[in-house]
Amino acid sequence: MTMLKLKVNDKDIEIEEGLTVLQACEQAGVEIPRFCYHEKLSIAGNCRMCLVEMEKSPKPIASCAMPAAEGMNIKTNTPLVEKARKGVMEFLLANHPLDCPVCDQGGECDLQDQSMYYGIDKSRFKENKRFVPEKYMGPLIKTQMTRCIHCTRCVRFATEVAGIPELGAIGRGEDMQITTYLEKAMESELSGNVIDLCPVGALTSKPYVFEARPWELKKTETIDVMDAVGSNIRVDTYGWEVKRVLPRINEEINEEWISDKTRYACDGLKSQRLDYPLKKINNEFKKISWKEAYENIAEKIKITSSDKIAGFIGDLTNMETMFVTKEFFEKTIKSKNLEARDDNTYINTEDRTNYLFNSQINGIEEADFILLIGANPRFEATILNARIRKNYVTNKTEIYSIGDVGDQTYPYEKHPADTKIIKEICENKSEISKKILVSKKPLVIIGNSALNSKSGKFIFENIKKFLIDNKKITDEWNPLNILPVNASSVGSYDLNLVNNEENLTLKKLQENVFEIVFLIGQDNLKFKKKNEFVVYIGSHGDNGAEIANIILPGATYTEQDGLFTNLEGKLQKAYKASFPPGEAKEDYKILNELSELLKRKKLFQNKDELTDNLLNYLDLNKKKIQSKNLSTVDYIDEKIIINPIDYYYSNVIARASKTMSECRSIKTDLKKTGTEG
Amino acid sequence: MSLKKISKDQPEKFEFNDRNIELAKKMINNYPEGKQQSAVMSLLYIAQRQNNNWIPLAAMKYIAKFLSMPYIKVYEVATFYSMYNLTPVGKFFYQVCTTTPCMLRGAYKLVDVCKKKISNKENEISSDGNSSWVEVECLGACINAPMIQINDEYYEDLDEKKLENIIEQTMKGKTPKPGSYRGRVNSEPENNRTTLVGIKNA
Repeated sequence: MTMLKLKVNDKDIEIEEGLTVLQACEQAGVEIPRFCYHEKLSIAGNCRMCLVEMEKSPKPIASCAMPAAEGMNIKTNTPLVEKARKGVMEFLLANHPLDCPVCDQGGECDLQDQSMYYGIDKSRFKENKRFVPEKYMGPLIKTQMTRCIHCTRCVRFATEVAGIPELGAIGRGEDMQITTYLEKAMESELSGNVIDLCPVGALTSKPYVFEARPWELKKTETIDVMDAVGSNIRVDTYGWEVKRVLPRINEEINEEWISDKTRYACDGLKSQRLDYPLKKINNEFKKISWKEAYENIAEKIKITSSDKIAGFIGDLTNMETMFVTKEFFEKTIKSKNLEARDDNTYINTEDRTNYLFNSQINGIEEADFILLIGANPRFEATILNARIRKNYVTNKTEIYSIGDVGDQTYPYEKHPADTKIIKEICENKSEISKKILVSKKPLVIIGNSALNSKSGKFIFENIKKFLIDNKKITDEWNPLNILPVNASSVGSYDLNLVNNEENLTLKKLQENVFEIVFLIGQDNLKFKKKNEFVVYIGSHGDNGAEIANIILPGATYTEQDGLFTNLEGKLQKAYKASFPPGEAKEDYKILNELSELLKRKKLFQNKDELTDNLLNYLDLNKKKIQSKNLSTVDYIDEKIIINPIDYYYSNVIARASKTMSECRSIKTDLKKTGTEG
Repeated sequence: MSLKKISKDQPEKFEFNDRNIELAKKMINNYPEGKQQSAVMSLLYIAQRQNNNWIPLAAMKYIAKFLSMPYIKVYEVATFYSMYNLTPVGKFFYQVCTTTPCMLRGAYKLVDVCKKKISNKENEISSDGNSSWVEVECLGACINAPMIQINDEYYEDLDEKKLENIIEQTMKGKTPKPGSYRGRVNSEPENNRTTLVGIKNA
């Protein structure tokens, strides 16, 4: 890497080649105001706010668009620069309405902040201000286009990152307007990010409209549980109520985007909540006390043999709760029927690399060939899909998919979804296997649809064998990737909460073998209830609570501290931002207290003891010597069924959210009328 | 100039005719491989020619597919340039130049004539359905100011009377003679030249 030497405000700095003047100034610690420039987007250079003075240039230059060169002498504190900034600011404000007091962006508005620092306090513009009609951009984005300053960040984001070229700037000059194609809802799961990108109040959040001011909100930095990616988020609360969710920058995971579900499902945190322990008497739920509830359950447990008790852990459960449940089942009631999967997903827990996204999310950008096997990353892991698209856009990487998984925002070659093609790949008789062999950093992503089929084991073990045999798995690069869909998935595998390869616990449940069933936030089980005594521990009144005999109200991810392992195997902590409603308790306390009643001793004295034990367990688990035997699996010729994904309804919080329902109905309407193509 | 209005009456379908497909392909071939989208302006103009001098939304969609580019990008281009008409125009489409030189030489009087004779508003088709007019920026014939453009031809050195005369001819369906209406050849001096007299071939 060649280094360039240049001067910024008479300070000598040395920077890498290929940076812009603006980036050079940033490295020198000089702040440059900007509206249109954004690190993750292409350079537009149209707001002119970043003008700086360059020696030997008669005019100020737009620093965001000017490549830094050897020997440049940049000045940012001269009267010329100050005057240029004031001039630009005056032009930007000429048509910008003075409605900051009623604007949702007020208090966190780039234009507001920068006009305080760099602007002047009066305008020479005597003419009428421009008015632009509002545009409809779907149920998530509220528009007030009169406020728009035409930075085109939203247009570039939609085209480059989200991959839906639906936004554009029409007309020109004063009449330029940002609009969507015929004013319809944006068809992207990343659309909410344009709100963060918008430097003014032109695009604001529709569900959050007039809800709160940024300075009155308590901000908690935490992580998201809507999918297994574990996006870093900031939860803003007003009192106990979660008002909004914003992304936090983490270059290794979500860069600075989050999916619409992460951002907008938060209104589901306050509806359909379970706030008191309930007992079903004559098909009606009656409010009871915690003590009564525990006693009811304890009585039932005492008269039931332990192998007739089963537990199922749900998709949003944190690892502390999982660990308490595990201890509860192993030590208190001595049952082995604890399961974290809600389907027959094949998971080989012998080695940690068998269930992780081994290439890492950052690694996607380096891949030179991508194969999806029964995976639909757009809906299963939206943020991860944005990385695949980023790779496609920069490198034009070839992407193949086994199974038609619909529009992924990048073109890919479809192959029929059957096991025959997997067999051909593993025997190196297919075009795909040859491509894998010639590429340096291939990426194979095995999705839930594939692992969930009868041939799940065959697909996974053979692909793994194929990659090992051809020395594609090295210390630097592991192309074998599993794409789990739930936030709790990897954590539960780490805690060995997966019983048998083919989920016998679920099979037994469906055969109505069990007498007591604990559902720990598990709402996605498909079974017909007969005489089971169902105990539901969770936050929302959904499928699980409906069939329960006793409901013990728990907390959601924003209401308790909890650990989650994301699909790459990164352990991250979600922090408490709010309180569980009513008498609801943090999840880990519930079984701990129940255990106290049964055994006269709590499983853990306090949260710290629990966390220590949990972390110890995880450490031991990692050090466990793994057998590397590869089992042979019989081949069955079958079709891999690609699971349809109800993106906006995938978990209890999303199902309780009004905003998500709205998005979902718009999406289904579009499908019916067929106007999407 | 304000943002162009899009016509409410839109044809359902648009396709290039055989001759224009040839023409479009020729235009696309002018650009290097992978840069076919550069032909979007030519194609929009071809579409405008084919469809009575205006571009319907269906044509933009058709062109977007033709060049495999996003529809919104075609839409952006079509709304940006004043040469593209997005609403139907008359068979005789008057473009009255009102930029400074023409304005000084009486262009607004011509606008008044258009208002009186054709239609009260810009972009409105006359009652007989034959013509429409619009104010435009400089058409580059300042030396013959004031001037108008009707379809592809320039009509120069006009005044109210002469324009009224022209409009009356077009009302009858006749195409008036283009060029200077004061008998000048192109932009040469009206009588004898007054400068550079000594130089023979100047």
